[in-house]
Formats: sequence, C-alpha cells, structure tokens
Amino acid sequence: MKKQCVGMLLAGGEGKRLGLLTKDLAKPAVPFGGKYRIIDFTLSNCSNSGIQTVGVLTQYSPLVLHKHIGIGKPWDMDRQFDGLTILSPYTAKRGGSWYSGTADAIYQNIHYIDQYDPDYILVISGDHIYQMNYDDLIQHHEEKQSDATISVIEVPWEEASRFGILNTKDNLEIYEFDEKPKEPKNNLASMGIYIFNWKTLRSYLLDDAEQTDSDHDFGKDIIPAMLNDGKRMFAYRFEGYWKDVGTIQSYWEANMDLLEEDLSVSLNNKEWRTYSQDVNYPPQFLDSRAVVENSLINSGSWISGTVKNSILFQCVEVGTGTTINKSIIHPHVKIGKNCTIERAIIMENVVIPDNTVIDGTKETEPVVINDEYVEQLT
Amino acid sequence: MNTLMGLINLEHEHDFLEELTYFRCGAAAPFAGRYRLIDFTLSNMVKTRIEEVAVFTNTKYRSLMDHVGTGADWELARRHGGLFILPPDWNDPTDISRGDLRHFHNNRDYFHRSKADHVLVSGSQFVANTDFDEAFQHHLDTGADVTLVSVQLDKSLPEHVPQLRLETNEAGQVINLTNDQENKHAFTNVYIIKKEVLLRLVDQCIAFHKDHFLFHGIKENLHDLHAEYYQYEGYSFFVNSIESFFRHNMNLLDPDPYRELFFKNEYVRTKISNEPPVKYRETADVKDSLLANGSVIDGDVHNSVLFRGVKVKKGAVVKNSIILQRCIIEEDVHLENVILDKDVRISSGQTFIGSKDKPFVVAKRKQI
Repeated sequence: MKKQCVGMLLAGGEGKRLGLLTKDLAKPAVPFGGKYRIIDFTLSNCSNSGIQTVGVLTQYSPLVLHKHIGIGKPWDMDRQFDGLTILSPYTAKRGGSWYSGTADAIYQNIHYIDQYDPDYILVISGDHIYQMNYDDLIQHHEEKQSDATISVIEVPWEEASRFGILNTKDNLEIYEFDEKPKEPKNNLASMGIYIFNWKTLRSYLLDDAEQTDSDHDFGKDIIPAMLNDGKRMFAYRFEGYWKDVGTIQSYWEANMDLLEEDLSVSLNNKEWRTYSQDVNYPPQFLDSRAVVENSLINSGSWISGTVKNSILFQCVEVGTGTTINKSIIHPHVKIGKNCTIERAIIMENVVIPDNTVIDGTKETEPVVINDEYVEQLT
Repeated sequence: MNTLMGLINLEHEHDFLEELTYFRCGAAAPFAGRYRLIDFTLSNMVKTRIEEVAVFTNTKYRSLMDHVGTGADWELARRHGGLFILPPDWNDPTDISRGDLRHFHNNRDYFHRSKADHVLVSGSQFVANTDFDEAFQHHLDTGADVTLVSVQLDKSLPEHVPQLRLETNEAGQVINLTNDQENKHAFTNVYIIKKEVLLRLVDQCIAFHKDHFLFHGIKENLHDLHAEYYQYEGYSFFVNSIESFFRHNMNLLDPDPYRELFFKNEYVRTKISNEPPVKYRETADVKDSLLANGSVIDGDVHNSVLFRGVKVKKGAVVKNSIILQRCIIEEDVHLENVILDKDVRISSGQTFIGSKDKPFVVAKRKQI
C-alpha cells in the first residue's frame, strides 16, 4: 500500500543527562506535564498532521514505553494496514545487532519502510516538546524540490554554539552543517526533524552501512555526506515553542513553561490536541485546607496542603500543612504532613514522610527524589 | 457453566432527574465529576468478570450510546460477547409482549447465544463500587433460582421510598417484596437469576400479557421460586431524584465517602477523555471540591463538583454547586446551590442562588 510519507520516530535513546529519571525508563517515556509522557507530543504531532504510518524505533529500557504506546490507539494509529509499528532491534538469518546510531536504526528497518513505497520519510525523535504541523514541512520540501529538508529554529546567538547549526543561503538552502560551532556563522539550529526523499536517503543509508568508520548518525554522517555530494537541502524555519528536554534543568523548565499563559504549546488547544493514554481515576479532591495556585493537577490526586507553581500527576497525595513550590510530582507519590518541597522532581510511587524538607533552590539543577534519597533522609 | 452474563434493564426507569433527563435517560446522567450513573453498574459487572453485558434501553439513549461506545473503556469491546446496546426494535408482527417483556422477547438470542447459566440484572440507580462475586457465590452455594441483592437502610431518606423491601422467612429465603416503609431491608434492583428460570418466567409473563418482568415474573412467583438474598454492606446509595442526585454528589465532598466510593475498590471505569490536567491560575481559590480534568480555574470554587472542561473566570464564586461538562462561568458570577447541565454559559456579573433542598437547575446549552 503506497503512502506519501512514513514517519520514523527515534525513541531508543537513553537520555543519560536525565540521570535518575531515565535510570529504568527510556527518555521518551519520562512523565511530562501532569499526565503525558514526552513522546506524546511527537506522536500527537504525527496524528494531527495526518501522518498515520509511523515506525517507532525503541531500544533502551522499552517496557514502559511499549506499554504506553501499545498499538497507538490514543493517536488513532490502530490501523489495519499501516498505523503505528514498534520497531525494536531484532535478529535475522544474517545475524542481529543493536541499533548503533540513528541512521543505522533506519537502515535496519528499510524493509519496513519499503512496504509502503513512500515518496518521503519523516525522521523525528521522541524527546522534544513542541507542536508542529509536519504537513507544512512536507509542502516546503516539495516547493523547494529538495532532497532533504531540515526543520530549524532560531536560537539566541550567544547560545548557538550549544546546537547543531545549519549555515544557509538567503533562500534557506543549506551549504554547511556545524555541530556545536565555537564561532557560529548562523543562529538556525537543527531541531532533529528531517524530511528526505526516500529513494535518496535509501541509497545513502546503504552506503553508510558499508562504512566501518561511520557513527551511522544523521547529524554526523548522513547530512554531511549529502551536502558533500551537492544534494539540494533546505532549511524549514519553525516558529513556535520547541524545547529539547535533554537535561534535568531543561526538563524542569519545559514543565514550568506549561504554567505560562502565552506559550504556543497549549494543552487546552482543541485544534491541536495532545493525546495520551488516559486512566480512569476519580476527579481530584481538594479539602478545606487546600491552597492551589498556578499549577496543573491530574485526576485521582488528593490535596490537603499548599501547591504553588507546580505540576502534579495522577493520584498524588499532599498532606495537611505541606507546601510544594516549583516542583514536579510524578504519579502515585504520597507526601506526608508538614513537608516543604521546593524545586524538586519526585519520582513515581515515592513516599515522603511527614516533616520532610527538600530544598532544591540552591542546587544547580532541581533535585530528583527517588526511594533511595528518601531512605537516606530518615 | 457457572458464569454470569449481565443485563442492565432501563425500560422502567422513568426520566427521574428533571432538567438533567430532558435530553438523556437517567442512566446517562453525569455524576461525581466525570462519571455517568451507568458507569457504576457497568464497572461492577466488569469487576465481577462478566464478559457480556446487554443494555435494554427505551428512550433518549443517544447520549448513553455516545458514552459507552463500543464498551472499549470498560474492556467490553470483544470479539465474542462484550457490550450490546439494545434499543427498541419491534419487528415481529405476531409479537404480543408488552413493557420490558418486549425487550426480553425480541432479544432472546442474547440469552441463548451465551454460555453463561446465570444472569445478573440491574438498573442504574443503585450506586456502589463493588463486585458481585460474593453474591454470586451465595447464589451458587444455595442453588437459588434468584438471589436479590439488598441493603440495610440505617436512616430513612426520600429516595428510599420507592425501593421495595424484602420479606424473608426463618430460613432466610425471600418470600415477598413489599412497600412496607418500616422494613429497612431494601432491594437494590440488582439480582442474579438462573438463565433458564428467567426465560421460563419471560414466556409465562408474555402468555399472561404482563408488562413488568420484576413485578410479574419474579415478585408474583416468589412462592414458587427459591429466592435468596445477599446483603451488601459497603458504601452505597440510590439516585432516583434530583434531590438525591444533588445530595449524593455533595456527600462525596466529605473525605470518607469519597475514599469509600473511589479508593476502597478498583477504580470505577468511565469513558476515557483526552482532557489535560486541571489548570489552577494565580487567583484560584478552591476548597472542599471535586474537579475533573480539562477545567481552568481563576475564581473561587467552594464545596462544589466540577465536571470536565469547566471554566471559572476571575472573581466568579461557585458554592455548593454541581457544574457539568464545559460550562463557562464568566467573571464575577455568583452561584450557590445550583446545578448547571452541560455547555451552559453564565454571563458576567450574574447571581443565581437555589436552596439546598431545591437546587436551581439550568438545562443543557442555556446561555444566561
């Protein structure tokens, strides 16, 4: 069955810089925004953009991620012939291996893509928070008669050296890719979102797989090789909110950004819904001592304390006399009475005893609290 | 086989919730922030591992069908069995059946096709969060033809008046159903019956031109039947009037009933939505309330139940009220003892105050 575009969603990364958050969990499965997981934003973008053939490449600690995605039902991707397919590393007659890089992950699934004989392939990753219509990207790609189109976002010049920068001509044609340049010539950063003509990419993937010294990575190998051969490559300028949640600080910031009013990522946007697995927990309960301001709270939660500038997932209990500020509380956390919690991320199922004080305001990054941390406290 | 099939019989439930049942049947009436009344019965059946449930529905069932859909959210979307919504479909010209017997007659296949030997029958007005495993075990152990699920009423409330009472003999068998208000042993309208007894009684009722299976099939034949009862002890109540609807929603603002109903057992299933978490803004002041996802709160909400997607704007005060899905309460509105049905918009500055016994009810989609 022919498809115009197949999405390949890279969701196998470990996300080392997220520390404890990804100790037993793939980065795309990290809880986000009170009821979501990070990958929901990308999957919802696919669904809202009309891309319903999506391969999700998983590798690191995939149990929760697989369970969460399932057959793609929340994103309407439970289809008979296409829809969502989880693509994990596998063995075959020729042997088998782990995905050794982003390009290798696609290479090893060429047979999956070939089934749909697509014109284009959309390569995206499951660790960014943004709302984007990929159809606009495809149209831009077609208008420019491009071989590859890379979505870019303008970043402040002083931060440009932290990103993969695309140097472009006035018509947005890319002539150079600078990974974390010391002296940036441009401030258009790659968002890690690519559209390729499948035929073109396919041959590059086959070539790259032969190279023993290659990292099999899009940014390091495939894009430079295509530039080298003078392929038509254009940047697509994305305007809106986009955040890489690669570190604990940026994860925390991106969550706090949801509390701001003027963000273009709005969970309440009915035209661009963010879908996720939902659960049948009862409505949240606030008792007579509850004070809640500037916060997001999910169902099943029980609030008897003060919650400010925070995000609480489902079934969180906040005891009387407790104050929570600028924190992210993952599902099923129980916080006792008279606690003070500032700038912390408390992980799923952790129980915080009465009178606990957790203050992350003096740390460089917000503190991440798991069971071991709590054991050390007592 | 010693298994159960389910039947939710709504035929004889009149439109018991005034404005809330103008456009929907009582079973589809919203309750407790994110549920519909039928969710409790349906979830209890699923918890009893019943794999096929039929709903006999008569009128105003569009919203009911929209809510339960394929039954997927109750895990009742099955290759075999699952959920069957059975609205009236009377095609048999020789059919002489009446009342709910028409449903039994016209849907006889539902009972024949199932491998189950027993049927759990329920309405939608008895609210509890439980399974019926013990009741079923009692039914099997005693070899009863029918086992009625009952409750002991510890106080008299208006909603108890229409509930029939169980008259039992020394052996603990049910010998009659009465209207004796002094008798505190009340029937919940939930019962388990042997399938073959059910079909036999259906035939008998139809032959005698009867129109009410419970009254004419079971009550009038109690002398011939081995009827047992199983008394349910957990938190439960009846919702059969706007007054009881209001009071039982409000009771859930007390921590104990809330925990009893929602956390003592597996959670109650309902239609899955896709609403974001509740957003409390800087000026929000919310206490003693239940809130469902998708709501955005700028104002004061005290002692109230808010369903999904309700907006309470700055300066607005909502007290002792039940606000159904997607209502918009504009700035500086004051609401007290009010029930707003879905999609109501109250324009800014207005005040509506009902009384505790007679809440002010606003019908669906009104703009005031």
